[in-house]
Amino acid sequence: MAPSPEPTFLYKSLEFKKIGKPLVPEGLLFFAPEAYNIMDAYIERAGLGEILTKVRNGERLTVADGRTLYRHPDIVALGYLANIVRERKNGNQAFFIYNQHINYSNICTNLCKFCAFGKEKGHALAYEMTVEEVKNKVRQRLDEPISEIHMVGGIHPDLPFSYYLDLLRGIKEVRPEVHIQAFTCVEIHHLAQLAGKSVADTLRDLVDAGLGSLPGGGAEVFSPRIRQATCEKKLSGEGWLEVAKTAHRLGLHTNATMLYGHIETVDERLEHLDALRCAQDETNGFLAFIPLAFHPKNTGMAEHASTTGINDLKNIAVSRLMLDNFPHIKAYWVMIGPKLAQVALAFGADDMDGTVKEEVITHMAGAETEQALGHKTLIRLIHEAGRQPVQRDTLYNVLATY
Amino acid sequence: MQTIIEKIEAGQRIDGEEFLRLEREATLHQVGFLANAVRLRLHPEPVVTYVIDRNINYTDICISACKFCAFFKAPEEGGGQVLTRAEMAQKIAETQALGGTQILLQGGLHPDLPLEFYEEMLRFMKATGIHIHGFSPPEIVHFSRLADLPIKTVIERLMAAGLDSIPGGGAEILSNRVRRELAPNKCDADQWIGVMETAHGLGLRTTATMMFGHIETVAERLEHLQRVRDLQDRTGGFTAFIPWPFQPDHTPLAATRRIEKTTAVSYLRMLGLSRIFLDNVRNIQASWVTQGPKIAQLSLFFGANDFGSTMIEENVVAAAGVRFRLSEEEIRRLVREAGFRPQQRLMDYTPV
Repeated sequence: MAPSPEPTFLYKSLEFKKIGKPLVPEGLLFFAPEAYNIMDAYIERAGLGEILTKVRNGERLTVADGRTLYRHPDIVALGYLANIVRERKNGNQAFFIYNQHINYSNICTNLCKFCAFGKEKGHALAYEMTVEEVKNKVRQRLDEPISEIHMVGGIHPDLPFSYYLDLLRGIKEVRPEVHIQAFTCVEIHHLAQLAGKSVADTLRDLVDAGLGSLPGGGAEVFSPRIRQATCEKKLSGEGWLEVAKTAHRLGLHTNATMLYGHIETVDERLEHLDALRCAQDETNGFLAFIPLAFHPKNTGMAEHASTTGINDLKNIAVSRLMLDNFPHIKAYWVMIGPKLAQVALAFGADDMDGTVKEEVITHMAGAETEQALGHKTLIRLIHEAGRQPVQRDTLYNVLATY
Repeated sequence: MQTIIEKIEAGQRIDGEEFLRLEREATLHQVGFLANAVRLRLHPEPVVTYVIDRNINYTDICISACKFCAFFKAPEEGGGQVLTRAEMAQKIAETQALGGTQILLQGGLHPDLPLEFYEEMLRFMKATGIHIHGFSPPEIVHFSRLADLPIKTVIERLMAAGLDSIPGGGAEILSNRVRRELAPNKCDADQWIGVMETAHGLGLRTTATMMFGHIETVAERLEHLQRVRDLQDRTGGFTAFIPWPFQPDHTPLAATRRIEKTTAVSYLRMLGLSRIFLDNVRNIQASWVTQGPKIAQLSLFFGANDFGSTMIEENVVAAAGVRFRLSEEEIRRLVREAGFRPQQRLMDYTPV
């Protein structure tokens, strides 16, 4: 990341005791004047002056800084800081994608406690789609300008590796140009075991069959304590990161997520973000980070309350500030609602995901959000937030601006 | 902008021109910071209040036929109702069982119920000891027309029968251009202000509302805020201001022209700007009924210091397709998680 041009000494020599006084002598205003915005004085008074200086200088924040941010009561101050990074990286653009979600099966041997989607084989609500059924789902929407198929499922006990290759080939047959973003790192690890191959060779086979990139799911919270308590059968945090980095080394882009709002501590969130930041330093293959709000209904952890808006925005803002090497932060409207996702565009997020249809995973956990948002609604939400709507493809190439 | 920000910071009043400038140029963060600065000056304690109450709509029969309303039934279309005493008694008992302290009593402009009907209703309700926050200015103007009595007499009679305070509904946008177009049968902006001024003069406290995001211009929103601020300078009778966006679903207005629903960002901006402009109204309420819990919680950083009411029952917004429900416990959790202390209050903002 390019450091911002302001030299540190300038900031350190300034005092922000009185709002409204010139913050720097006129002659020194050779940088962008907004860098000396009057709002900076609020940030100073909110006790975030040191972090502001680092953010302005493009310096990396420490885990201790992250703790300060997570514990800070003023969400607007966090939003202001995150917005500096957001605008440096993505200007005024706010991205969305025209995509189709397909969950090929909910049969899962992991049965994580926070999940309302996965079902044991034989359960009344368990399902699996044949390759033909998946192709039909794609066929049904051929008249729409879908650029991405987003496909994930459970850890199925007995579907063979060939099924997954056939799924990819089948989708490509019906819709050759579409980008397939499929299989979380957890699924990839499972597929490698099925194939009896290394993760790298497995990924090569999948790419040959049509895989374009990996989504960011299954990361949850990397902490072994959390995984032990909520998803002990799942691939470990280290294992997840290893699969992601292997994919990156093969030239595949992936996303990353964090499931927050259950039993994790602030330090565990920060450990998670720091691990992602280190991995990104190594491989630079992550495109977007997507904080995922835990939805308790119908899960094994239903005693927990839903996340509140402040908590949701805080995770967006802090992740934008900590993940200085991630190009994009996504406010996934399915999780937090279109209203808050729109607001999040001023709190660090630059992407609203897309026109997702038939979202199943979050809605099985009681999400009260819409299952689909029209493309016109998304554009209007972005416009009203004062941003430039940009329709993107999976790899963030611009397809259209509005 | 710098001058405007300095003025607000210094606790000075901004004028209309300055409001318009902020409306055009301030970022969402700036609106938040400034609104919060005003809020903290008026309420330095980290407390967020709420009231436990229930809306009782004594009738949905209404001759006003406002184009933005999905709730009313015109007298000629039939199907409208007037609540019975038994229904009312049950609703009040349920409210009191939940720790409720007041009833927000409002109804349509019924074509022929006499003033005595309302007086008797108040006396009947008052026997339960509950606070009656009732009859918006359009209802009071309507009663005065039907009875051919001055506004002052009507309010005095209602007060004698048990009316404790007046809700700020029916204000919509206090601009006669907007009202002529959307609600020509409803009291005009001057009458609305007149009822409130009279009520304040008689010692009644009232609230003020604003329903924005339909056909009004920014200048008309300013006109609304200006009228409220001017009256408050004269009387000091408003306890709170409650802005919320028009909910278009199922309304006649949305059937005849395309009106986009106000988004959360626009709501937060308007809320914050209201907090900044209305420096003489102590309390600003978040509208969780229209915005849902997440944005309502965030409102606490955009000028709101009150979470409004638990609204055990709400019919009017629900008729426009928006149904959020929040328990007292959930309101308290949202407030606490935002870093404030929740405090139940009465209509006049005294703590319970």
